[in-house]
Amino acid sequence: MSIQPILIGAAALFSIGIYGILVRRNAVMVLLSIELILNSVNINFVAFNAMLSDVFLNGQIFSIFIITIAAAEVGIGLAIVLMLFRNRETANINEFDLMKW
Amino acid sequence: MEAIDIFSYFLLLLLLLSGIKVVTTSNVIHAAIFLVFTLATTAVLFILLSAEFVALVLVLVYIGAVIVLFLFGVMITRAPLGPNAELDNDQNKLFATLISLSIFGIFTYILLETFDSTVVITEGTSTKLLGELLLTRFVFPFELVSFVLLGALIGGITLARKDNALMDEDQI
Repeated sequence: MSIQPILIGAAALFSIGIYGILVRRNAVMVLLSIELILNSVNINFVAFNAMLSDVFLNGQIFSIFIITIAAAEVGIGLAIVLMLFRNRETANINEFDLMKW
Repeated sequence: MEAIDIFSYFLLLLLLLSGIKVVTTSNVIHAAIFLVFTLATTAVLFILLSAEFVALVLVLVYIGAVIVLFLFGVMITRAPLGPNAELDNDQNKLFATLISLSIFGIFTYILLETFDSTVVITEGTSTKLLGELLLTRFVFPFELVSFVLLGALIGGITLARKDNALMDEDQI
């Protein structure tokens, strides 16, 4: 099995995630798209691990760490969205323009 | 073309279709459900690439915990359930398509130029080796990640707690 279709699929998933981040208006949906991006990176790590047949399984261990960090990131991100919703009564990221000049 | 190739193409097609549905559907709950599909397909792909422990972690952590957290987030921020035309920023769509397609083009060009090997699918399990490596060679990042999780736990509670001093009208 060649590695090229897997890499292209992961790259396509990455660009789908970028599209989602740019186009979505709800902050929770933006976090969902970030999960797609992290998932594509995991696919790349596992595919390279299988390609190199690494004895230390670096790719798999890195993807486990990425999954863990992503879980922490979602927890913090949703807490921030919740806080913004409490203060502004909306989860629409167009309206969080306090830092925009 | 072997059977495993056809199966992997099918999986990648399923992955991309459900990924596209995640970012294009106008229903918040459907987006979360399609993310479950995407992650489940990724888990099958990981099993195909002989990384069964990573697949199990993906299913447990993502499908088990993160999706539930997302559904809670949708519920608490009172995003309208059902189809919602306000979910997308329509004036950004062309721009976003252009950027994502150019990123995809650059990635495809570089990856196809650089890597042209075959994936080695090993027989047997790698879970035992993974556990040993995680507690010997990678024990320092392993412990560090547990501190990160503790920090995220405390930070999440502190952020989401209702703080009466911050809720006053004149302070915001």
